[in-house]
Amino acid sequence: MSEPAPIDLPAGLWSQPELDTSAVAELADVESVQSLRAAATLYYDYTPGIATTLFLRALKEKRLTGEVCAESGKVYIPPRGVSPTSGLVTTELVELAHVGTMVGYCIVNLDFTGNAQEIPYVSALILLDGADIPIYGLVREIPYDEVRVGMRLEPVWVEDSELTTSFENIKWWKPTGEPDTSLSDIADYI
Amino acid sequence: MFYSAALHPGWTGGDDQGGHMPDEATTIGEQDVLRAPLTLEYPFRRTTGPVIGAFFTGLREGRFIGIEDERGRVLCPPVEYDPLTGGPLTKLVAVGSEGEIVNWTWNTNVREGQPFDRPFAWAMVKLDGADTPILHAVDAPREAIATGLRVRARFAAERIGSLADIECFEPVG
Amino acid sequence: MRDVAIIATAQTRHVRADTIHSEVELIQPVIAEVIERSGVDRHDFDFTCSGSSDYLAGQPFSFVMTLDAVGAWPPISESHVEMDGAWALYEAWVKIQTGHADTALVYSYGKSSPGDLPRVLSRMMDPYYEAPLWPTSIDVAALQARAAIDAGLTSEQAMADIAYRSRTSAANNPFAQLTSSADPATLLGEDYIADPLRKHDCAPITDGGVAIVLAADDKARALHDRPAWIRGIDHRADGHHLNMRDLSVSPSAAIAAQKAGVANGPIEIAELHANFTHQEAILRAALGLGDDVEVNPSGGPLAANPMMAAGLLRIVEVANRIHSGDVSRGVAHATGGHALQHNLVAVLEGEG
Repeated sequence: MSEPAPIDLPAGLWSQPELDTSAVAELADVESVQSLRAAATLYYDYTPGIATTLFLRALKEKRLTGEVCAESGKVYIPPRGVSPTSGLVTTELVELAHVGTMVGYCIVNLDFTGNAQEIPYVSALILLDGADIPIYGLVREIPYDEVRVGMRLEPVWVEDSELTTSFENIKWWKPTGEPDTSLSDIADYI
Repeated sequence: MFYSAALHPGWTGGDDQGGHMPDEATTIGEQDVLRAPLTLEYPFRRTTGPVIGAFFTGLREGRFIGIEDERGRVLCPPVEYDPLTGGPLTKLVAVGSEGEIVNWTWNTNVREGQPFDRPFAWAMVKLDGADTPILHAVDAPREAIATGLRVRARFAAERIGSLADIECFEPVG
Repeated sequence: MRDVAIIATAQTRHVRADTIHSEVELIQPVIAEVIERSGVDRHDFDFTCSGSSDYLAGQPFSFVMTLDAVGAWPPISESHVEMDGAWALYEAWVKIQTGHADTALVYSYGKSSPGDLPRVLSRMMDPYYEAPLWPTSIDVAALQARAAIDAGLTSEQAMADIAYRSRTSAANNPFAQLTSSADPATLLGEDYIADPLRKHDCAPITDGGVAIVLAADDKARALHDRPAWIRGIDHRADGHHLNMRDLSVSPSAAIAAQKAGVANGPIEIAELHANFTHQEAILRAALGLGDDVEVNPSGGPLAANPMMAAGLLRIVEVANRIHSGDVSRGVAHATGGHALQHNLVAVLEGEG
């Protein structure tokens, strides 16, 4: 195949125009700077607000709470204080059972966690019984190539003495051993 | 007070799911809301290109570099495109390391990352040979700072090609 | 050009720090209120646009979570600007002009209290030549103040007078954070925080939000007896390098004012987004406002400065006074960037 004809590009557009360094010739002999570190750190005193506070305090007591949309009756976890479909304040909270169905998962082969997880690991979306939106979690205690959508999972909590107001209270999720939920039953969530 | 005082007047937990939230959790006073320190670190490394790179190469060599705009004015620090016309600029020129203060303020509320850790003067310094001033800090007492004061750059002993190669400016003489 | 008007507004009671609510919880009541006031069913907004800043919130995509407060289901046509809500209004206005919408919900908010706002704002500066030194918004404003004073445009006395006037006017504003002021002589006795700026010369740190509803043509007339028509709106920006422009003038504000048609009729009030007292003189000159024009009857940003909302609030304060019949023609200004770099000017009119 013959070489394509050279394209005459407008100066200064696609091509960087040649710099005229004649007045600063002595800089031509030294290595030029091509990049620089511009690190920045910003500090905040952060509050997650009322709804998340209530959720995390319940989580510290090993309770999983969801909020109810007054319009649709759907249950959302974690609660935000506002229903995402109606924009209305949620005033009803419900406690959810500690069991759910996996509705999505991903087998991660890259180390994003700074060596905190063994590779590969399974991250998943778990639809708790009674909830209308899944929550995120890790799945362990099962070979990664045996996980499947529809499997039943339960949380593995940290020791009681280690409970805090944090999602880290749940270390990971493990299979319950119950029969899988049929995909048609969770068709709206997968 | 705050706009929505009664956002969560109370809640009900399903009886068949075992228990409900203690009553005290349904009222939320300011002291009950969770708070935590949040630190965001942005570890940026920015490429400079040849024009901005030339300025920092110059700093590493202990000198200031500017660029001529389309009217022949010297812009320091240099920019890649003419601020008025947008045309690409190419003619690098050397600029002096001394100049005069054309604008200043005295910073009393010192913050992390600033050139000094005690109150100091910010100044716009018009270096000899440049038509635009450079922003930096001046190491001088409050009484000495004034528009028109002649200052010179104090370069850092160890320079790597960054803005920190300029420690500050100091009064001449 | 279509006739577009503001037909409903709502805002928070602006406070120094809302340490209880998340951003969603802060803005939801405002959105709910403006929807109710507008008479538009929340499913009937053709377009929704918001303004906020992730750097302020300390969280990327923080504005996505705030959409919970809108009830975005069924899916809506929506956009966001990482800017003051005045520009969210501008985007919605453009959307309506193109014929793709007849109504729009616009909101914006900011919680400055969690972070160190002046330090956060240093991230807006040139990343190579300015930001590494961490000059704060106050430092930059002080340099502009000195430039304006040296150019004979204003003085420390005039600045103190503006601070006093603004905050005492705000006593009539039920939403304002600061509603009183010591007299100018007392103010001038205080120490500088960044010479020539004293604390009173600076807008306060504020948490708050605002929401409005836009409607076009007959829809606006059906929704409000006296819509606040946006007769002209334009925005321009100067360069971002502090050292490449004369800080004592604002060419971008002048051009925006000219394009928005400020001079096409008498101006009764002007709500100016002047976060620092010296900026009022610069903006008066740029917008061609005579001494008879009342500036910031609401108190302006000096009385309440919720970041990302303060500009839209200027438009709201003019619109409210048109709705009430107090004003027939006013100008509102919003700014972004340091030292009046980016400026939006809107001319609002009421009929009859």
